[in-house]
Amino acid sequence: MNESVQSEPKLNYLNAGNTVKSWLLTVDHKRIGVMYLVSIVFFFLIGASAAALFRLELATALPDVVSNDTYNKLFTMHGILMVFFFLIPAVPGVLGNFLVPIMIGAKDVAFPRLNLASWYIYMLGGSFTLAAVLFGGIDTGWTFYTPYSSVYADSNVILAGTGVFITGFSSILTGLNFIVTIHKMRAPGMRWMRLPLFIWAQYATSIINILGTPVLAITLLLVVFERGLGFGIFDPARGGDPILYQHLFWFYSHPAVYIMILPGFGVVSEVLACFSRKRIYGYEFVAISSLAIAGIGFFVWGHHMFTSTQSEYAALIFSILSFIVGIPTSIKIFNWTATLYKGSIELSAPMLYTLGFIGLFMVGGLTGLFLATMAVDVHLHDTYFVVAHFHYVMVGGMMMAWLAGMHFWWPKIFGKMYNEFWAKVGSVVIFFGFNFTFFPQFIAGYMGMPRRYHVYDLTFQPFQMLSTAGAFFMGIGLIICLVTLVASLFKKENCGRNPWKATGLEWTKADSPPHPHNFDGPVVVDVEAYDYTDERIYQDA
Amino acid sequence: MSHASSDHAHEHKPYQQHHFDDMNQQTQSTLLGIWLFMAQEILFFGGLFVAYTIYRIMYPVAWAMGAATQNVWLGMFNTVVLIGSSLSIVLAVNAARHNQRGQVMKWFAITLLLGAVFFGIKSIEYMGKWEHQMVPGLRWDDGHALHTIQEHAGHIHGENEAPMTELPEGIQLYYSLYFVMTGMHALHMIIGFGLAIWIMIKNARGCFNSEYYPHIEYFGLYWHFVDIVWIFLFPLLYLV
Repeated sequence: MNESVQSEPKLNYLNAGNTVKSWLLTVDHKRIGVMYLVSIVFFFLIGASAAALFRLELATALPDVVSNDTYNKLFTMHGILMVFFFLIPAVPGVLGNFLVPIMIGAKDVAFPRLNLASWYIYMLGGSFTLAAVLFGGIDTGWTFYTPYSSVYADSNVILAGTGVFITGFSSILTGLNFIVTIHKMRAPGMRWMRLPLFIWAQYATSIINILGTPVLAITLLLVVFERGLGFGIFDPARGGDPILYQHLFWFYSHPAVYIMILPGFGVVSEVLACFSRKRIYGYEFVAISSLAIAGIGFFVWGHHMFTSTQSEYAALIFSILSFIVGIPTSIKIFNWTATLYKGSIELSAPMLYTLGFIGLFMVGGLTGLFLATMAVDVHLHDTYFVVAHFHYVMVGGMMMAWLAGMHFWWPKIFGKMYNEFWAKVGSVVIFFGFNFTFFPQFIAGYMGMPRRYHVYDLTFQPFQMLSTAGAFFMGIGLIICLVTLVASLFKKENCGRNPWKATGLEWTKADSPPHPHNFDGPVVVDVEAYDYTDERIYQDA
Repeated sequence: MSHASSDHAHEHKPYQQHHFDDMNQQTQSTLLGIWLFMAQEILFFGGLFVAYTIYRIMYPVAWAMGAATQNVWLGMFNTVVLIGSSLSIVLAVNAARHNQRGQVMKWFAITLLLGAVFFGIKSIEYMGKWEHQMVPGLRWDDGHALHTIQEHAGHIHGENEAPMTELPEGIQLYYSLYFVMTGMHALHMIIGFGLAIWIMIKNARGCFNSEYYPHIEYFGLYWHFVDIVWIFLFPLLYLV
């Protein structure tokens, strides 16, 4: 990376300092974003390797690759790393840090040192979790359900719980930073209804982070105390209620689904507008629906507990609310589709990921409604149907959106354009690999295959085999994608300020890669968001 | 929002950070930040208050008896001490506003002193629980606990005249929550101690003046928040 940067005389945030110290002590939001990128990819690769191993085990109905104990530890590790160390911080940590200040015309986030501290907190939490893996693993599943986690499990619950507890504060502080930044740091003329939809999405996500994450923190702390000190808060032997744990856990962990997916919605809005050359249809509705999802999302957690002794009236209300949260979500889908209508669509790599996202997320969202229907959920609860559903949302939705964003803003972040052909190949391979992996799981789940079993009935073998084959196909796609992106860093030529001819301050007013202070001079905004009708906005760059 | 175009724009004060356009923007941002931090604190303690409420409804007898074993007078004294420390920190903020560096020092020292008194009393209470073997998990003995509860809470059980022969269901939950809730409160006070000492050092170095004392003001907000948590804990754990 350094060699190519030296050939460019112009000062940017990458060549502003080359020492390790200049990275580890930086308060530049862009460098912190790149540090998140490296660390998040690291945790993603570990989580993905765990998935590869247990997928190999599941290819046949018999126990042949790993023992049942190891199998439990693998899927737990996969869940914890992917949820808390990849999905939650991926878009806010990497793209949010890099883009939020630039998109609103600010020099940095409101609290740059706090921002750096968030990264260190994330890494500290990650170290605890990795330590839990290295010292023998943890086998509770990512949900840490009591009393198994607090009393019976014979694995490193304390270490992993502490790791997740610590990492939570990284999300809280990043959320706090973004809310203050978006409220107080906007450039003159950047009114709320001129904000890019990515900013609206980050804002809604940050609200959930601030109001939800502390509840998970205290809940996990109680589990750690219970296990470490013997306090019996969720221990049925002493009158404690394990269901209370589930309520507290899902009070955060359902909104956490929106923490993961909302930033993805933001990315999709940006990419879709650019490659349809149109303003997002119904901008205001898409913007406000993010806030609506954040608000309603806090009151649907009970749909995870239809089968765990919750009163049926409570379940009824949770079921209705879960359907209601589908409304703002479908507003987004309809408006995105309407944006495509009569747009001049260009099938670039980021656009392919985005179109993939819309289709896959829709499958994930609609199957969510099946699960929110109480009677259906009794049949499908804890089956592969649920596994397929949330992977369609998390991988088909969130990971595809993250990759769309990475491909879209990669030239802005590093100033290099990747090989478009191979990037497209990667996206297509990932799309098909993903569907081969998870679509069979809907059927297996519907037929009754329970999740988290490492040995299963022969009836399910064809589905599991297809799933494993698909997973390796998807793995190849991810490798193509990674190699394509990394290879671009060795290119000599700079991609220019605005290779996509996009609107938005990051493209029209900032270099690629941007100046350490983002812009050459003060920024004033006098245009609406996504004004693709006026060529002057994106042509002068 | 505050823009570079406002009148103070270009008189860059030494304590203005470069990424803000002006002091007004910096002050407003930090203030909003501190309130958002408070919001997450409320949710953090909120989880504990939910657990408290659920278990109190499930085990009213245990809760009544647990509360009866607490020394209300010590708790009351501590409440007064903390309210006093809230007053002293307000006076510190006021002194900062009037540029009285020495007075700031004095009121911060008094705040720390009152905090230390609170801790002294709290540790006497914790020690008592430890001696009577009423710390769930770490040092718990049914016989001792029963004895202590009979001593303090015999009158609650007195309606049906028969002597209490076994512990009420859920009694350990009361004590677990007592230790977690007061413990989390104490942890926030310890963090407050660290912050206070840091601010005192900055103050001694002359980092603040009547126009610029955000650390002192925000510490005041934090300290009030910690007090308010105690104002809820005291009646919930000792009185009701």
